[in-house]
Formats: sequence, structure tokens, C-alpha cells
Amino acid sequence: MTIEQIYREESGRILATLIRLLGDFELAEEAVQEAFAAALEHWPTEGTPANPRAWLVSAGRNKAVDLLRRRACFAGKRDELARLGALAEVVAETPEESMVNDDRLRLIFTCCHPALAREAQVPLTLRTLCGLSTEEIARAFLVPLPTMAQRLVRAKQKIRDAGIPYNVPADDELAERLDTVLLVVYLVFNEGYNATSGDVLIRRELSSEAIRLGRLLHTLMPESAEAEALLALMLLHDSRRDARTNASGEIVLLEEQDRSLWHCDQIAEGLELTERALARGARGAYALQAAIAALHAEAKRPQDTDWHQIVALYELLLQQQTSPVIELNRAAAVAMADGPQDGLRLLEALAERGELKGYYLLPAARGDMLRRLSRWAEAEEAYRDARLLVVNDAERRFLDRRLAEMQQRGGRRAPTG
Amino acid sequence: MQYLLLIYDQESQWGKLSEAEQGKMYQEYGDFTQSITKSGHYIGGNQLHPVAKATTVRVRDGKKLITDGPFAETKEQLGGYYMIEAGNLDDALAIASRIPSARFGSIEVRPIVARGERP
Repeated sequence: MTIEQIYREESGRILATLIRLLGDFELAEEAVQEAFAAALEHWPTEGTPANPRAWLVSAGRNKAVDLLRRRACFAGKRDELARLGALAEVVAETPEESMVNDDRLRLIFTCCHPALAREAQVPLTLRTLCGLSTEEIARAFLVPLPTMAQRLVRAKQKIRDAGIPYNVPADDELAERLDTVLLVVYLVFNEGYNATSGDVLIRRELSSEAIRLGRLLHTLMPESAEAEALLALMLLHDSRRDARTNASGEIVLLEEQDRSLWHCDQIAEGLELTERALARGARGAYALQAAIAALHAEAKRPQDTDWHQIVALYELLLQQQTSPVIELNRAAAVAMADGPQDGLRLLEALAERGELKGYYLLPAARGDMLRRLSRWAEAEEAYRDARLLVVNDAERRFLDRRLAEMQQRGGRRAPTG
Repeated sequence: MQYLLLIYDQESQWGKLSEAEQGKMYQEYGDFTQSITKSGHYIGGNQLHPVAKATTVRVRDGKKLITDGPFAETKEQLGGYYMIEAGNLDDALAIASRIPSARFGSIEVRPIVARGERP
């Protein structure tokens, strides 16, 4: 492994352990940077140590002692000296795997603490647990680098000054706090999966980081059926990543996807996790969405999809959270289960309420249902409405293709150029 | 760490309570204060007179300006505070959520800058 790979794999673990040892988020972060700088200096000539992580933790601890000593001399502060004394007591231990995992779990709960703004929780988690650079995170969220850097600095200052703890919350708080953690992971995944714009490569990385985090949570909290369901949901969605766009980057709808491109290993794992989570009583939004994704994944051909059950699952989802987007999805499922006419009726009622005004998928879904009813001119108009609202190139190209198709079917000449 | 728990609620609501209801509220506050004193979290705390009795002072160009009322008119007013000692923010939030006014007002939890430290 190169140092870069080790950084990617291990920096989150090392940081988590050093925060526990040092009791100081920012000091630990500095120590990690210095430890890796030392590795860059020593390893090429002296060889990579047998246990790189233990080496880095101990180097980080020593660097922190140096940093504190320098600060103490500079400021002549008693408390810095006292901390230094306490730190000298900490043996350069090689933490056991289980202990490292506990450290990481504590760190997730710190980064996703509700006292931090959502716009800080997500980047802080990516920065500290996934080892993404501030620049990468800024690019992924289309935020200028100085803005993102400042957001992270402020979050860390608040952790220190407000005394946000570095621990797994007590039982009576755990369920609620775990919800926030799961939501952060889910947001990271969605940011990568439903790219509306931005750097494709970075976004793919976000999805896989979210899956890594989801896996970590599931390993560390096996008792949480919701964490299991979230992992299942992400795996099932991600299994379709190579089939979702074609060679020219155009979006391919589920029913038109080449199912041989779906990743079977992820589907198998996702199905098993979904089943287990449901059997254990998970009925939250992640579990229901995972169950929907599982029904799609199980269909060998589009026409084998159990649309009636999918409609039922959307109904359950709507009982939990009223959301016009879920209603839109249900309408699309109804169109598949009972025919486009029924879907169209639901869609029109939804459009009348106006909540989805400006959301391109509403006219796009309408266009799709009208297309199935061979009402070409109306479909063309709906696709045209959708095209005005779309922000992503892949989606725009998809609508252009549909528009051309409608014009042809409607007996009109496809536009040239 | 030390935290200041600032209790904000609508003063006008207090006046609408019957005497019995007000008495019940004082009882609840008394019980709460006693419980956090016993647990060793309590440092200090007081109820404040309504903002109608507030006076704001500013010194500009060496001149003292005194005005009637609070420094800003807000929908909810600062009605009291507790100063507590707590292990971390979670402990402080758990205590703040037990303040009777948390059920209808808002409690702002502010860490106190330790002596000798700079924010």
C-alpha cells in the first residue's frame, strides 16, 4: 500500500484514536497531519512498518506532545503543562481493533451532533471519518473552498468550546441521535447518487464513502435494524450505477436498463440485509425504500416487477412522511400497476396542489404516462415543460431523445441540428 | 465546564396564568432547582423582573445614554437563567430540557469562557 492509500484507509481511524488519547479534536487533527508528514519522510528510506496504523498513532501522540510543549513554552500556560503531564502517562499503546472501532463510532456521533448545523455535519463527517480533503468536499458540494474551510473550522471550534462530547450517547438519547447519523450518511449517498450537477468522479466517491460509513455503522451497531436497512438501501441503489447512464452519459430509465450490468454481489448482499432488517421489525423510511429497491432488483425483466407490492410500499411510506416527491413516485408505480390512466389522475391532482412546481420530474412523469397512452402531442408538450426545468446535462439529453421520439410518432419531422 | 442556561419565553403568557397555575410553576422551578443542587450541577440562577423594568445603558463618545426598556424588542424575552457545571454539552442539554419553561419557551445553552482562556 502507498502512503496515500494508507491515508485514505486509516486516517479516520487514527484521528478517532488520537482524539480519545488527546481529548482535543483540533490537536488530534494536527497530530495526524504531522504523523503522515513523518511517514512521508521516513518510510521511503526505512521501509513501511509492519503495523502502519500503530506507527502512525504513536507518531501522532509524540507529535502532539511536541506541539503542546511548544505551546506551553510559548504561552507559559499551566493547563497546557498539566495536559502534557497527563499525556506522558499515555503509553504508546497499539490499540486493539475493537477499541479503534469504538473510537470511530464515538467520532461519528460527535460529527453528527445535533448542536452542529446540518451543513457542517455532512462535510465534517467526510473530512474526519472518510479522509476526504477540504478541497474535494468543496468541489462535491459546489461550495467555494474558503467557505467550506471556514465551515469546518467553525464546527471544530464549536465542538471544543461548547463541550460537544466525544462519546456514544446514552440509551435514552441513542435512537434519536442515531437517526441524525443515519440521515447524514443517507445525505452523503444521495449527494453522490442523485447528482444534479458537478464533478462526476467526486460524486461517485461520495456514494462509496456513504456505503463505507453505512457498513461501519452496521458493524458497530448490529442491533440497529434501521442502520441495516440503510446499508441495504444504498447497496441496492448503487448496484445499478453502471446501467443508469449510457456511453454518452444519458440517463437510462429503470425499465430500459441493461440488467446484466447490475452488480449481482451488491444485490445479493442488499437483498439479504433488507430481508433481515424487515424480519427484525424495521419499518422506517430506509427499510421501506430498501424493500422497494429489492423488488426492482429481484425482477429479472422489467415486466416481472411486482408493481402492486411497490404501490403498497409507497402507501406505507406516505403514512410515515407526507412528501409530494413520494406521491409522485407512487403515481408512477400506480401507472405501472394499474395502467397509465390511473397514474395520470393521481399526477393531475398532485400538479394542482402546486407543491412540485418547478420540479422537472413531474412533467417528465406526465410525459411518460401520456406516451404510454399514445397521446403523442400532449406527451411532447409535457416533455417540453420538463426540459425547461432540468439542470443536469444527462437529464436534458434524455428529454431531447424523448422529444424527438414524440415528434416522430406524432407524424412530425424530428428537428435537425 | 460551566454553562449559562438562558430562559426565554413570552412574558405576556405568564400574566395570563391564574394564581394557582403560577404557584404550580414556582413549585416546579423549586423542585428543579433543588434537584440540580443535590446533583451538584447548580452554581446559581435567578428569575428576572419583566423587561418593562429593564433599563439599558450605553456609553458613546464618553457620554452615558440611558434608555427605558431592553436593548432589543423580541418576541420572547429573557426571563431568568441558571448557571451550571456540567461534564459536556450533552449533560448541559439534558439539564436544560428539564427546566419547566422548556416546554413552552426556549432555553439557550451558552458555554462560559473559563478564566484565563480566550474565546
